Amino acid sequence: MSTPTAGTRRRPSPPDTRHRHSPSERAQNRAGLAFVSPTLIVVLVIVVLPIAWTVLLAFQHARLIDLQGMGLFGNWTTHNFQEVFTAPGFWSSLTTTLVYTVGGTAGSIVLGLIAALALRRPFRGRGMVRSTMLLPYVAPVVAVTFVWETALSPQTGIINNWGTHALGWHKPIAFLSTSSYPVDLLGWHTHLPLALMTVVAFEIWRYFPFAFLFMLARLQAVPAGIEEAAEVDGATLTQRFRHILLPQLMPVIALLSVLRFIMTFNKFDDIYLLTGGNSGTEVVSVRVYNFLTASYDVGAAAAQALVLAVILMVLLGIYFGFFAKRVQEEQA
Amino acid sequence: MSRAQFEERLFGTLRWVVIAALLVATLFPFYYMVMLSFRPTGQLLLHPGSLWVPLHEITVSTYKTILEPTSKGGQGLLGMLRNSALVSLGTVVLTLAAAVPGAWAISRLTFVGSRQISALFLAVYLFPATLLAVPLFVMFAKIGLQGSLVGLAVVYIAQTVPVAIYMLKNYFSTVPVSIEEAASLDGCSRLQILWRVVLPLAAPSLMATGLYVFMIAWNEFLFALLFLAATPSKWTVSLGLSQMDNAIEVPTTVLMAGSVVLTIPVIVLFYAAERFLTEGLTTGADKS
Repeated sequence: MSTPTAGTRRRPSPPDTRHRHSPSERAQNRAGLAFVSPTLIVVLVIVVLPIAWTVLLAFQHARLIDLQGMGLFGNWTTHNFQEVFTAPGFWSSLTTTLVYTVGGTAGSIVLGLIAALALRRPFRGRGMVRSTMLLPYVAPVVAVTFVWETALSPQTGIINNWGTHALGWHKPIAFLSTSSYPVDLLGWHTHLPLALMTVVAFEIWRYFPFAFLFMLARLQAVPAGIEEAAEVDGATLTQRFRHILLPQLMPVIALLSVLRFIMTFNKFDDIYLLTGGNSGTEVVSVRVYNFLTASYDVGAAAAQALVLAVILMVLLGIYFGFFAKRVQEEQA
Repeated sequence: MSRAQFEERLFGTLRWVVIAALLVATLFPFYYMVMLSFRPTGQLLLHPGSLWVPLHEITVSTYKTILEPTSKGGQGLLGMLRNSALVSLGTVVLTLAAAVPGAWAISRLTFVGSRQISALFLAVYLFPATLLAVPLFVMFAKIGLQGSLVGLAVVYIAQTVPVAIYMLKNYFSTVPVSIEEAASLDGCSRLQILWRVVLPLAAPSLMATGLYVFMIAWNEFLFALLFLAATPSKWTVSLGLSQMDNAIEVPTTVLMAGSVVLTIPVIVLFYAAERFLTEGLTTGADKS
């Protein structure tokens, strides 16, 4: 009990065995539940119930047309999961999702950190620069994907126009529809997954402001004294970053990694709008959508979504397991 | 020159290079969008690399085309703006109505299950929207909420209430309890305390939270696509624009005009309340 209510103040309950259930505590209990109930009901109906139903659907043979007459518990089957794991493209789609997620998460955090360090010291107009850098994050996804698509277009895009005229590209590059782009680098032949790299770049561009915002807030809370002391002791800028700022930032970076990983792993609209999931960018969430809308195969879509969620939880479990172990080791 | 001096100079210069590069990277796409929206389509095809519009070429016919109703040969974005506004404002009002008492109860009252309930609210973001999409799609088809703005708003409330509670809770924990205790001694009930004392004090935080919720609802795309794709009269701006891109050959410049119209409300609101918003979101991040 951190907050004694007025009721207990006016009429302190005697320290008897019924103390845990004094009238004022019961009233507080009721009030608390009443106050959270609207939220709780919405979350239960729109989030918890559908998830439970997804689990059920995943184990049933269900197409959208059958659902009208179907009961909640139809004939059970694991067919959907067999279909998910054996369907062509599932494993490559999972790999794509992982590359996209790791690239987008790491990239946005690194760029956010660089931005936060650059904007750390005050200068004239810093407030304006800071809010401007948040624009990619707050702008509607449909609008910004349109701009990227237009700018990268091989026919009318400014990037290809400049590339061919000023940078000496031989022909325009279809950034968003090339799944494999041959490159010769010092006699070394390789193929770049160009479309995937482009959507990762988009992800970094759109979400670095999020990381930047949190890290700048943390940086500004680092007491100036520590750094000044280190400076007096002759620590250089990079040493101060490595030994003072980075340890201070680590908790925020860890939190951001988890948040961004979850968000990117489940991301649908950015890729759907940029490439439609074509050219080697079909992440699992786009696949789920295609299962649902192209074939109305609800069971397979549910199974696919469930597999995605389970994989995410396993990855988070590994992460937290590793993290908890490290904390224990540090304490030991 | 010592290593320390060298580093000071190097990073002192690099800092400005980084700031300039980041500013260009963030601003250029928006500049490009606005510039293209004022260009005639033919000119874009002729000079795709041009960075500005010659004054005599500037046109607003793109905006006319995108905004006018389809009956007049336009793309009907005005109607979609109305739909987007209805859904977003409805979501903001209802989300705040649910989140304010919820956040207050979680930060001030002790009740059975309060910890589990706040954990559940955060867990909402663990589950992919696609996992919810399948059953919600079916559920809404069953109860006839498919193709309705109300159904969409309900989903948005579920998606935004948890973050709203989180932001408001952080704020409430900075308000001294003694003010509320004084009101309670004066005979205010809990509801009266909430309405007369807490709400006025939380005004800045309410603004920030409301704005964030508005932005999420206004920008949302997946659920709008799932529930409204078959009913063009209910399309939100985001959905309508993406459908124009797919279905018919709408010129790029007109789509850019539509994107400008879609982006302006968010950016205006963002600059108006930016300070509240960044503080509301990062409260707690500055404590390790």
